[in-house]
Parts: sequence; C-alpha cells; structure tokens
Amino acid sequence: MSEYSEFVRQYLTVAIFAAVGIGLGAGLLGLGRIFRPVRPQEQKYLVYESGVDPVGTGWSQSQIRYYIYALLFVMFDVEAVFLFPWATRLEAYSTFGLIEMLIFVVILALGLLYAWRKKVLRWV
Amino acid sequence: MFGLLVAQNIAFYVIAALIVFGALRVVTCKNLVHAALWLVLVLAGVAGQYILLAAEFVAVTQVLVYLGAIVVLFLFGIMLTRAKTGHDLELDNPTPAKVGAGVIGVLLLGVMGYALWDAWRGQELGDIVVQRTAEVSDSLFSTYLLPFEVISVLLLAALIGAIVLARRD
Repeated sequence: MSEYSEFVRQYLTVAIFAAVGIGLGAGLLGLGRIFRPVRPQEQKYLVYESGVDPVGTGWSQSQIRYYIYALLFVMFDVEAVFLFPWATRLEAYSTFGLIEMLIFVVILALGLLYAWRKKVLRWV
Repeated sequence: MFGLLVAQNIAFYVIAALIVFGALRVVTCKNLVHAALWLVLVLAGVAGQYILLAAEFVAVTQVLVYLGAIVVLFLFGIMLTRAKTGHDLELDNPTPAKVGAGVIGVLLLGVMGYALWDAWRGQELGDIVVQRTAEVSDSLFSTYLLPFEVISVLLLAALIGAIVLARRD
C-alpha cells in the first residue's frame, strides 16, 4: 500500500499544479472584474481581428478537406500511445526493442507514404 | 493507511460527481459544440479515476486517444457536417425520445450494476496494485509481441481505408 501511497502522492503534485494554474488564471480575471469599470458598448463586444470588422459568424462550416488530417491525426495518436511503454524500458530492450518498434513505425509509415502518393497531403 | 483510504474515497466521489455533472450537461446542452466540450470533462474525469486506481498507462491512453483524438474528431465532424450555420443551435428531441432514452439508460444501469454485483458477490477485493507502464512494456515485448506488430497492420488498414473512403477517386 505504501507504493500506492507514493504513486498517488506524485499525482497529487500534478493535481496541485493544475489547481494553482487554474486558480491563478481565474483569480487574476476575477480581480480584473472586481476593479475595472463596467461601461458596456456594442463595439466592445465585436470580435477583434486586425481592426477589421468581422463578416458572418464564427459558427460557419469548415472546409471538408480538414477531415482527412483529423483522421490521420487519430491514427498517429494511437501509434504514439504505443511508443510510451517502449520509452519506459528503452535500455532493457535495447536493440531488440528498437527493431520491434522500427517494424511497427515503418508499417505505419507506409500509410503516410500512401497518403503522400495519393496526394492527400497536398493543399490544393 | 486509513487516512489514505478516506482520501481516496473522497477523491473518487468528487471526480464521480464531476463526471455525472458533465455527462448530464452533454445530453442537456443545446449547443452541439458545447456538448462535445462537456464530454472532455467526462473523459478527463474517467482518466482521473484510472489514476486513482493506479493504472497509469490506461489513464495516459485515455487522455491521449479519447481527449486528444476522439473529441477532436467529434469537433471536426460537427464543424464539417453541420448544415445549419449561425447562432440558432437549439437542439432538442421530442418527449417520447427523451423518455425512451431515459428508460434505456436506467435499464443499462441495472444490467451493468447487476453484472458487477453478480461477478464479485461476497469477494474481498485486495489492495490496489500499482501498475507501472514498464510492466505493460514487459508484456508488450514478450507475450504480446506478435499482436503488437499486428496492431500496426490494423492501424495501416484503418488509415488506408479512411483515405479511400474520404477520397472519391
């Protein structure tokens, strides 16, 4: 149980860091809210971009060609998950681990090659 | 020892309350994008529970794959396919659909709760064993070496399949 206690304590540090980070941001914004004068005007709530008034809404439809990048990202994200256990035992499985991981990565790189050859990656 | 268990229980219930609140917001939120963002809270809470159970690798996988990739895919799907653009994002279902969903939810809770109760009835669950990522690595590079390599082929097939489906030519 002491091992578990140590484990949880390490993540408690992470939780405290996150809480301090969020608290700092929220506290500073809250302080600003308390001290600043409130004089609402319509122009103040416009989206600001280089001084040009925005056209249309922010909820517009995106281009469909982003979707293939999202799909590629999901695949390589799953690949990245498998890199983590390998990284923790890098020395223990030195050459053997490297070869096994190379096989894994190269097979997936074939997919990237396929995408490249199919001109999916090119922004037309 | 006792203090640790109490702290673990308190953390569990706090995170569980956050998950339930987030899940309720996911289904009651009128804005689809906001619902997807509430889903982030639910999935992050589940990752927190995995940490409490000392399953580090599962928690990291949850954060990377579900929070990182799946929610991004959801948001992309919403951004790309929503026909109705503009601020009128009032989403709602007719009352029969809500009642049906509620009944199915309660039934599912009953079935899963019974299955858990039935499987571990009267058993004493031991102390939590810390599952190090290195142990996952050890089994990955010994017992499950071949399945691990097969996963890359599976991912490759999924990748090529996605490209083929996404492109007409």
